[in-house]
Amino acid sequence: MRVPLLVAVLLALVPATAPAEELILSVAVSMKEGTEELGRLFVRSRPGVTLRYNLGSSGELQKQIEAGAPVDVFISAAQRQMDELERKGLILDGTRRVFARNVLTVVKPADSGLDLSKPADLLDPRVRRIVIGNPRTVPAGQYSEESLRTLGLWDRLQGKLVLAENVRQALDYVSRGEVDAGFVYATDAAAGKPRVKEAFRPGEDTYRPIAYPAAVVKDSRRPGLARAFVDLLVAPEGRTVLARLGFQPPP
Amino acid sequence: MTAENLSALALSLRVAVVATLLNAAIGIPLAYVLARRRFRGRGLLDLLVTLPLVLPPTVTGYYLIVLLGRRGWLGGPIYGLTGWSITFTWYAAVVAATIMALPLLVRTARAAIESVDRDLEKAAFTLGRSEWRTALEVTLPLARNGILAGLVLAFARALGEFGATLMLAGNIPGRTTTVPLAIYTSVQTGETGDALVLVAMLTVLSCVVLIAAARLGARAT
Repeated sequence: MRVPLLVAVLLALVPATAPAEELILSVAVSMKEGTEELGRLFVRSRPGVTLRYNLGSSGELQKQIEAGAPVDVFISAAQRQMDELERKGLILDGTRRVFARNVLTVVKPADSGLDLSKPADLLDPRVRRIVIGNPRTVPAGQYSEESLRTLGLWDRLQGKLVLAENVRQALDYVSRGEVDAGFVYATDAAAGKPRVKEAFRPGEDTYRPIAYPAAVVKDSRRPGLARAFVDLLVAPEGRTVLARLGFQPPP
Repeated sequence: MTAENLSALALSLRVAVVATLLNAAIGIPLAYVLARRRFRGRGLLDLLVTLPLVLPPTVTGYYLIVLLGRRGWLGGPIYGLTGWSITFTWYAAVVAATIMALPLLVRTARAAIESVDRDLEKAAFTLGRSEWRTALEVTLPLARNGILAGLVLAFARALGEFGATLMLAGNIPGRTTTVPLAIYTSVQTGETGDALVLVAMLTVLSCVVLIAAARLGARAT
C-alpha cells in the first residue's frame, strides 16, 4: 500500500513537462477576454508556444514588474503605469503600442429599481454605496476619480465610496448587489450582463481618454515572441476581435 | 507613521478587542458544552467551529458573504427591513475576525476544561451546587489559565485576520482597512517603507502574545 502513495508523491514532485516556449503576459483585468481570445489565435499558428496570463490591476502589475517579476508582455489599462515603467527603463525600446480605447460607464444591479440616468442622481440618498477601483492602483478608479472631480461630485460622494482592488471586483460588487452603482468600463458592463445593466455614461470630456498600451518588458527572455504578440494586438485580426468585445480602435 | 497607518492600527485594535470579547461570550460556553456535555449534533458543532481553522480564509469569507451579504440568507432580510447591510463596515471586520479566532479559543479552552478533575465537580455537585454554578465556581476557575491562553491567541488571530476580512469588509481606507490590509495595499503600491513599520509592529506583538499564551498554558498544567 505504501508504494502507490510514494509514487504519487514522487509524481507530484516532477515538474510538468516544460513547454518549448512560454510567454508570461501581465494583463490589465479589463482586457482579460480580449487577450485570451487573441492568445488562442496566437498559439494556433505557433505549436509549442504556451501563454500564461497574470491578471490584475495595472498598478499592481506595474509593481510586480518593478520588483523583477519574469514578465514578457505588459498590457496596461492606462498610460500612467506604462510611463512609469518606461521611465525606469523596464520597457524594451520601441515596442510600446497603444492598441485599444475604452469608455467609462456606471452600472447598477440588473434588478435595481433606482432611476440613475445622470451623474447627479448618484447624490440620491437611496444610492447608499458606489464602488470604484482603488485610484492608487486601478486605472478605472483613476479615470472615475477624474470624472467625478470634473463633475464636482468627488467630495460629496466620499461617504458612499467603496474601493475595489481591480475593475472586475468593482463589477462583481455590483452584480452581487452589494453596492447600488459602480464605475467600470463599457466592456466590463457588457461582460457583466445579464447581472448588471448600464445606468449612464459620464461625459467622455470629464476624464482623460482611456488608452490601452502594450509593450515588451526589458528582461523578457523571448523578446521576439513577445514582440509578435504585441504586433498581433494592432494587426487587423486583433482589431476585429477587440472591436467585437466592444473596445474602440486606437486614435 | 502616516495618518492612514495610524488609523489602520486603531481600527485593528478596536476590531481585535471587540472580537475577543465576542469570543469570550460565545467561545467559553461553547468550549464548556463541547467538553462536558454529550448531545446529538455535538460532533457537527465541533466541526463547524473548527472549520475556519483549516479552511482557506477566502472560503470562510465566501460563506460569510453568502450568509451576510445584501442578498445573503440573513443579510438579505436584514437589508430588506432596515436598508442596512454589514458588508463594507467595520462590523464586518469584527464578524470575520470573530469567526476566524473562535476555533483557537474553543480548542484551547476545551482542552483546559477537559483536564479539570471531574471528582472536584462531582463533589461540588453533591454538596448541592447546580451544574451551572459548579461550572461557574469550580470548573471554569480551575481552567482559567487555559481559557486566558485561548483568549490571548484569539486576540492575536483577530488582529492579524486578512482573507475573510477583505472579502466581507473590503479594503476601504479609514473604514475597514485594518493593519494586515494596509500592509497588503502598501506592498501593492510599492510603498514598502510604510508597510515595514506595520510589519515590525505585528511581528513584535505576535511574539509577545505567543509568549504570554505559552506562560499561561504552562501554568495551566
